[in-house]
Amino acid sequence: MNDVFAVSAAPHVKQNISVKSVMWQVVLALSPALLVGIFFFGVQSLVLTMYAVAAAVITEALIQKFRKVPITISDGSAVVTGILVAFNINSSSPWWLPVLGAVFAIAIGKQIFGGLGFNIFNPALLGRAFMVASWPTLMTAGWKATTPMSSLFHSSINGLKNLPSNVPDVVTSATPLGVVKTLRDTTQISTDMANTVMDNLTGMNTLQDLFWGNIGGVIGEVSAAALLIGAAYLAWKHIIEWRIPVSYIGTVFILIYVFGGINGLFSASVLLPIFHILSGGLILGAFFMATDMVTSPVTKKGRLIFGMGCGILTVVIRLIGGYPEGVSYSILLMNIAVPLIDRYTTPKSFGKVKK
Amino acid sequence: MGLKTFPGGIHPHDNKIFSKDKKIEEMPLPQKIVIPLSQHIGAPSNPIVKVGDEVLAGQKIAEAGGFVSIPMHSSISGKVTKIAKFNHPAGALVNGIEITGDGEDKWIELSSDENYMELSAEVMKERITNAGICGMGGAGFPTHVKLSPPEGKTIDTIILNGVECEPYLTADYRIMLEQPEDIIAGLKILMKIVDAKKGVVGIEANKPEAIKVFNNLLKNDKNIKVVGLHLKYPQGAEKQLIYAATKRKVPNKGGLPMDVNVVVQNVGTAIAVFEAVRYQRPLVDRVITVSGKIVKEPKNIKARIGTFYSDLLEFCGGTIEEIGKVISGGPMMGFAIPSLETPMTKGSSGLLLFNKIEAQKKKEDVCLRCGRCVDICPMNLVPSLIANHVRNDDWDSAEKFGVMDCIKCGSCSYVCPSHIKLIQWIDIGKIKVSEKNR
Repeated sequence: MNDVFAVSAAPHVKQNISVKSVMWQVVLALSPALLVGIFFFGVQSLVLTMYAVAAAVITEALIQKFRKVPITISDGSAVVTGILVAFNINSSSPWWLPVLGAVFAIAIGKQIFGGLGFNIFNPALLGRAFMVASWPTLMTAGWKATTPMSSLFHSSINGLKNLPSNVPDVVTSATPLGVVKTLRDTTQISTDMANTVMDNLTGMNTLQDLFWGNIGGVIGEVSAAALLIGAAYLAWKHIIEWRIPVSYIGTVFILIYVFGGINGLFSASVLLPIFHILSGGLILGAFFMATDMVTSPVTKKGRLIFGMGCGILTVVIRLIGGYPEGVSYSILLMNIAVPLIDRYTTPKSFGKVKK
Repeated sequence: MGLKTFPGGIHPHDNKIFSKDKKIEEMPLPQKIVIPLSQHIGAPSNPIVKVGDEVLAGQKIAEAGGFVSIPMHSSISGKVTKIAKFNHPAGALVNGIEITGDGEDKWIELSSDENYMELSAEVMKERITNAGICGMGGAGFPTHVKLSPPEGKTIDTIILNGVECEPYLTADYRIMLEQPEDIIAGLKILMKIVDAKKGVVGIEANKPEAIKVFNNLLKNDKNIKVVGLHLKYPQGAEKQLIYAATKRKVPNKGGLPMDVNVVVQNVGTAIAVFEAVRYQRPLVDRVITVSGKIVKEPKNIKARIGTFYSDLLEFCGGTIEEIGKVISGGPMMGFAIPSLETPMTKGSSGLLLFNKIEAQKKKEDVCLRCGRCVDICPMNLVPSLIANHVRNDDWDSAEKFGVMDCIKCGSCSYVCPSHIKLIQWIDIGKIKVSEKNR
């Protein structure tokens, strides 16, 4: 036996996991939310998602061909980006909206930095920011008239069904978070009326609708339940980790509880933070966007700080800023801080000698 | 019984099923052996025989090359036929003494002290030093050095490592089942030498029979206890075992177990210690696991030091498939070796054979920054970051981020979805940083 056998550095066994399996499992985890989107908004949701995915994959392949680097579209990362872009639009959008969003996400959000692993921003969120900036009406208000289930929507916020007729239209025709925003900013309605609306919004009916997805919104973020099923799967498979979602959502809960009421500090009911958490894409953002491996900190402490930062920014945008929601901008802003966070949260070695 | 453990770690499949119920078998006398002169951490031993000399089994053929070194003994009787460079389980070519056996197994005279426990600590330690004992768990640190704490350092606890957290390996498990009295006798000797009041035997939860055996034997012993440990890799790493058993943390940057008043020894080493003190028998054999799904008959074999891996494999009936990779030691920290014509050493705990598929190398992808390596690092490091600094030849940063604290357990490489050779990079970093600081 004078064979020369293959040698390599230890370890000689590996967990059965790869970039590809990670990405396709994320796709799998996003599918319940997509199914719910199709259920509530019709097949058009699926068609738009396919457009976005195709655009993302083709853009990635073309740029990689142009850059003369290996084409890695089979790893599924562009598919994930495509789906997440589509999740941020509503089902009545024109076909070119998700296409342009996905092209921007891949080209500017990812490939320009060197591709997977090197991008600073979450590509899908950058794509969304691009779409919101370019076609604000399509992205925010455009859907309410044309959603196939707009009839459902108009009264879909169950808590608002039984409101007195003199509540201005602005309240009943916006997303739930839009309503809250309006209530905080407007002087059109009386304090009593505002309180009634708030109570209705945070009633169990509304919260249940938000949880199951029986409410107007964009394709992917309507049902907290469907998203949580996917998130639970990813957590079980150790693909996402608890620190970012928990610190993000926990921070939002506390800050909204303290500052969220319309009658001053601590005037909110405990249900208001839950209402905030279940609406406006926070679940999607906290479990699927903020946890994006490439654009979140690697250190454990860093992940907690990152999640808290996202939470604080989200609440600041929702309560003080100009947008009703703010999940995507808070994550994008925190993305910038990731290198800094990692740098200052390097863990101490086991058994670190105190000096 | 509450199981104990350490933070971090991974759960690889333990694959001990192949050999865990196989009784230890004595290997027939090999025709030819090679005693490498470097089987331990420290200076190589110096040969004191020359080609043509007749030697007996147990006869000293090389003396320690310094304090941190050990003497070597012939493991069979025969004639010295060559002193040259031979393959070594750790990869490189290392000087060794080849002995061709006469097939008679003539031994040096051994003694037997019934009252060995009444010997002084000094005499005990001297016998251990003369027996050429080094750690048999893999690293191979000379045992007498561990038992010689410098002035001012006291040892209060001896921990015996019966964790055997490497997948496949069952040699320690078998000796715990078949020679528990010898292990405990060895532990008591070790405790006496350093005047330690407490003894601990650490055993992982996947060996309930061994835990039972030791609990029974130690029922009436107040000073020695068995600690059951969670099934988690690397539970048997020295610092992690100490933490699990005593909650003490060995200081980083080169701290030693004795800094927290502990000495850790492998259960196999305890048997060698017992035999050295009682019979003045040098360390010339050990139990090794030969395993892998392609091995015809996986076994736990008691074999003479210096036996060629090819002979061991032959004793197991060879393989049923083409060999893709040969690993000396366990799959997590063992060395892949190019040839079976390699002699086993005092630290050889296993011989593993993989087929072509198991040996397949995976393509390295870019780092996703997923942080899985950070989550499981038992030393609380950021392996991806250290590897990156090493890749960029930035030794200062690699050192700053703790490259020297890495215990090379391989958990980070195990969980990496991008198949980045983190341990390989970190190993380069360790070498470069020590060169830089020399």
